[in-house]
Amino acid sequence: MTLDVQRIRKDFPILARTMRGKPLVYLDSAASAQKPRAVIDAISSFYESSYANIHRGVYELSETATRLHDEARVKVQRLLGAPDPREVVFVRNATEAINLVAASWGRSRLRAGDEVLITTLEHHSNIVPWQLACEAAGARLVVAPVDERGEVPLDALEARLSERTRMVAVAHVSNALGSVLPVAEIAALAHRAGALVLVDGAQAVPRLPVDVRALGCDFYVFSGHKLYGPTGVGCLWGRRELLEAMPPWQGGGDMIAEVRFEKTTYAEIPYKFEAGTPDIAGAVGLGAAIDYLLDLGMERVAHHERELLAYGTQLLAEIPGLRIVGTAREKTGVLSFVLDGVHPHDIGTILDQEGVAIRAGHHCAQPLMERLGLAATARASLGVYNSEDDLDRLAAAIRKVIEVFA
Amino acid sequence: MDVRELYQSTILDHNKRPRNFRVPEAANREARGNNPLCGDQLTVYLRVEDGVVKDVGFQGSGCAISKASASLMTEAVAGRSLAEVDALFDRFHRLLTSDPTAPPDTDGLGKLAVFSGVREYPVRVKCATLPWHTVRAAARGDATTVKTE
Repeated sequence: MTLDVQRIRKDFPILARTMRGKPLVYLDSAASAQKPRAVIDAISSFYESSYANIHRGVYELSETATRLHDEARVKVQRLLGAPDPREVVFVRNATEAINLVAASWGRSRLRAGDEVLITTLEHHSNIVPWQLACEAAGARLVVAPVDERGEVPLDALEARLSERTRMVAVAHVSNALGSVLPVAEIAALAHRAGALVLVDGAQAVPRLPVDVRALGCDFYVFSGHKLYGPTGVGCLWGRRELLEAMPPWQGGGDMIAEVRFEKTTYAEIPYKFEAGTPDIAGAVGLGAAIDYLLDLGMERVAHHERELLAYGTQLLAEIPGLRIVGTAREKTGVLSFVLDGVHPHDIGTILDQEGVAIRAGHHCAQPLMERLGLAATARASLGVYNSEDDLDRLAAAIRKVIEVFA
Repeated sequence: MDVRELYQSTILDHNKRPRNFRVPEAANREARGNNPLCGDQLTVYLRVEDGVVKDVGFQGSGCAISKASASLMTEAVAGRSLAEVDALFDRFHRLLTSDPTAPPDTDGLGKLAVFSGVREYPVRVKCATLPWHTVRAAARGDATTVKTE
């Protein structure tokens, strides 16, 4: 069940470098993951030997590029356990996927007096698009609370569902705290109330096995760059009948069946939502990242993170004046913490000097930080390449912070 | 560079025991500053009479760099004319945004020279300059909140 981390580390060229003159300890994978050689090579080899625009060319090269792009879509389908590759829409990232649904579905289905339910721990990308959609429709944004541990209690969420709720949009895993939300239960409750469910899987897909059918959600979104893939590509998965009923989002080439000045008809899904030349190489790179992860095995990846998280949690708990923020019972590899008398940005700067890369700030979750009564936290987050050594270096660097600020 | 060059004892001291961390009596000007990236936020209060800063204080929260910079700023501007505050802002700002490989020009900055190490940390420069942007806004009587983003 365990990952061979030493072997995995060799797959990531960047881990060989130093930062501030010290061997790099990269603990910011929740912000963006590093890229394995397989992804870097897939992208350069695509540009070197298979590149052309897709769908239009009548020549072999374009056919090859189109086939590789299509294959990437099938890989995403497999990763998510989706029934049909046509349900996978390529976008820029999770943010764009949520905006697509909020704009397209929102414009056609959201009416005055309707409600959209989210939770307090959402990333800004799962808050602001819904605020925009609600504002446009005269609908109301309702927020289910989190508790002190960083869990979303189901009864409190259920109490906020009503016949007015049209959409429930929740994170699968909290980016700031690592809490895993009971998405299948939430989806069942939402459906009983007649609402649809969108799951922001940006933090979950790199860390947990995901099966959209088992979760029972209607939309699932993620970013490629957090999944060890390139920046600039992400995915929206949506149930076929929903995507088919939704109006196009952006207009342009590739998303049409026929264009006349009197009337334009639109392409079938997913192309209806993919106006313009997409990030073709990005999709190919994402496909390589999915192959890489599925070869490791998502059960093993999840197990590795659980073990490391337990190790890191214990290590940090031993540091005087340190408090771990987010102690959900179901949690993935995120260690958010605060130190008595030291601002998280000062922690980040000193850790940087020690070669340790973490994130400090509100993690694009200001309402959550406000609920927890914090301006910011320091956050170390894990990836497949992290080891107990990395966490030992983290703990030593935190002790250095305490020494400087003593 | 060693972290001690950034977190010099003066900075650590002013972080721990910020001076003029209060709302001055009869303050007649104030401005809010915030750094949305870090969550640093502060309010600078001035009592200005005849174009001179008669009293100055600040409130708020932030990292050690921003807190120490606010504290040292209050010491530096107390008793100065508004024109002198402006000139000091310019000097400080020029120091922080100068090329970190060149020797720092700390002329006329006194204790404020302890911030020259911040030049090497581009993302932290805003922490040090926020109190200065804010005091300049207060001195000018600008009502808007100063943002570093």
